[in-house]
Amino acid sequence: MTENSSKTMEIRWHGRGGQGAKTACLLLAEAAFFSGKYVQGFPEYGPERMGAPITAYNRISDEPCSVHSNIYYPDHVVVVDETLLRTVDVLKGLKDGGILIINTRKTAGEIRELLPEFEGPVCVVDAERISTETLGRNFPNTPMLAAVVKASGVLDLGQFVSDMRRSFEHKFHDKPEVIEGNMKALQKTLDEVEVE
Amino acid sequence: MAIRERMSGNEAIAEAMRQVDPDVMGAFPITPSTEIPEYFSEFMANGEVSTQFVPVESEHSAMSVCIGASAAGARAVTATSSCGLAYMWELLYVAASSRLPITMVVSNRALTGPISIGNDHSDSMGARDSGWMQIYAEDNQEVYDNFLQAILITEATRLPIMVCQDGFITSHGVSNIQLIEDEKVKEFVGEYEPEQYLLNHDRPLAVGPYGTAPYYMEVKRQQAQAMKDSMPVILEVAEKFRQMTGRSYGFFEEYMMEDAEVAVVVIGSSAGTGKEAVNRLRAEGRKVGLIKLRVFRPFPRIPLAEAMCRVRAVAVMDKAESFSNSGGPLFNESRSALYDLPGRPYAINYIYGLGGRDITVDDFYEIYRDLFIIADTNDPGDVYRYIGVRDSRYEEGGFDHRSEE
Repeated sequence: MTENSSKTMEIRWHGRGGQGAKTACLLLAEAAFFSGKYVQGFPEYGPERMGAPITAYNRISDEPCSVHSNIYYPDHVVVVDETLLRTVDVLKGLKDGGILIINTRKTAGEIRELLPEFEGPVCVVDAERISTETLGRNFPNTPMLAAVVKASGVLDLGQFVSDMRRSFEHKFHDKPEVIEGNMKALQKTLDEVEVE
Repeated sequence: MAIRERMSGNEAIAEAMRQVDPDVMGAFPITPSTEIPEYFSEFMANGEVSTQFVPVESEHSAMSVCIGASAAGARAVTATSSCGLAYMWELLYVAASSRLPITMVVSNRALTGPISIGNDHSDSMGARDSGWMQIYAEDNQEVYDNFLQAILITEATRLPIMVCQDGFITSHGVSNIQLIEDEKVKEFVGEYEPEQYLLNHDRPLAVGPYGTAPYYMEVKRQQAQAMKDSMPVILEVAEKFRQMTGRSYGFFEEYMMEDAEVAVVVIGSSAGTGKEAVNRLRAEGRKVGLIKLRVFRPFPRIPLAEAMCRVRAVAVMDKAESFSNSGGPLFNESRSALYDLPGRPYAINYIYGLGGRDITVDDFYEIYRDLFIIADTNDPGDVYRYIGVRDSRYEEGGFDHRSEE
């Protein structure tokens, strides 16, 4: 492995087709773009089918990034579906100190029991509960996005919150309840999740 | 002031098409170019363009629509990929030999066999002898910029043009981009005023007639001449574009080539990955460079050869196999271009990235390492190589031709 010459943060997403990992990855690129960063957000495409494991990637940097390969040595890994722990080596290439951010009802301790080899930090986020409480349905993307931003420290949290409000107001200008629901989901996640 | 945005290559192309507002778009969807007519039809539905959008039942018809429209005097565009381009094959030659300016975006994707939606250049490289110009992009910014320039190039040369981007990598990858204001784009591309066209009753015209033996060869000779004459046109349009945006374009980009000892020649998004390898190797004190070819048709034979001649060994990268048993298309033309020049470097070929196979910074490290070995030992070894492939002969050298260490 050769060292990255720039201070680019590289994040790898694992999800299942149809769960929104790609959308969440693109949302993170958008949030980082609003913060004035150079961004890349790209999914790895294959035979597209619901439920199949999929991977998506983000590069976020203060400088332009020209690399167009996939990410093999991520700074952090996001797992949108905990059942992937059984089938995909989600920790492959994760850098020392890199955080595993995972959508689960389990505690960080319970996740660790499933990954006895892993000694790095874990951030659990119960995206289903948070989105059900705030949006009334299981839309895990906003909680996952907020958890990644908080755990990774890639963006200034204050600016992230105001940028996302603007983004939601733009996207859901005819559905004010969705704007408020998403903002509540965002804030609740930021308040709740911890890196352990 | 440029407009700071973030979007995928396909979105950027649709945006450029909205700004150009062409007369006619022939459209048939195929992954990974489908989003282009999708986004564009939203602009249609919103009344943001006045284009005649012609959804058809096949790519053969999409190109036929463009040919008919262009012959009638309209500014015509389309987009396709892979088997869609293959299905246009017959019509590509009709468009080119009829000297019809048409701008076609190709979101490059592997040709079937086995079925793949992954990126490589086998589709457009297969069409390299069809008489179309071909311009390739490294990222979303370049594909946007190339598309706008292509409109002027095709209309000035009367040669149809393919604006190529790497499928998924560029077409679907979201990254930063600077868009140009609508008014500036409209001023840049202007109104299309064809010299001759079918709907001009004052000057009756036949398009696509039978070419008997006394005439056919002259038509081909004129197409070849037009390709040659397009070289200065490409640079003139690039200069006009630079004056508008400050962004410079040529036949190719030279990256860290001033004092380079070895270099890679590569097309498309992989050039960006190669540049990162160059940055890291330079930080280690290794004098390496990279040439990113932008224009493949016309092939910039002399300037490219002169640029390559400044190094001791060059690796030419092909994202398409031609099954010639002597390397890919870019390699053969690049290597042939070197023949007349004194002090030419060793030139080897790597086939890479077929059907979506990823190429990494580490792969480029390996290529540069091989180039230094060749330059230092004066032994090019097997010039026809693969990188990033599982090969039963891997341990014996085989296609990968690892050096013995």
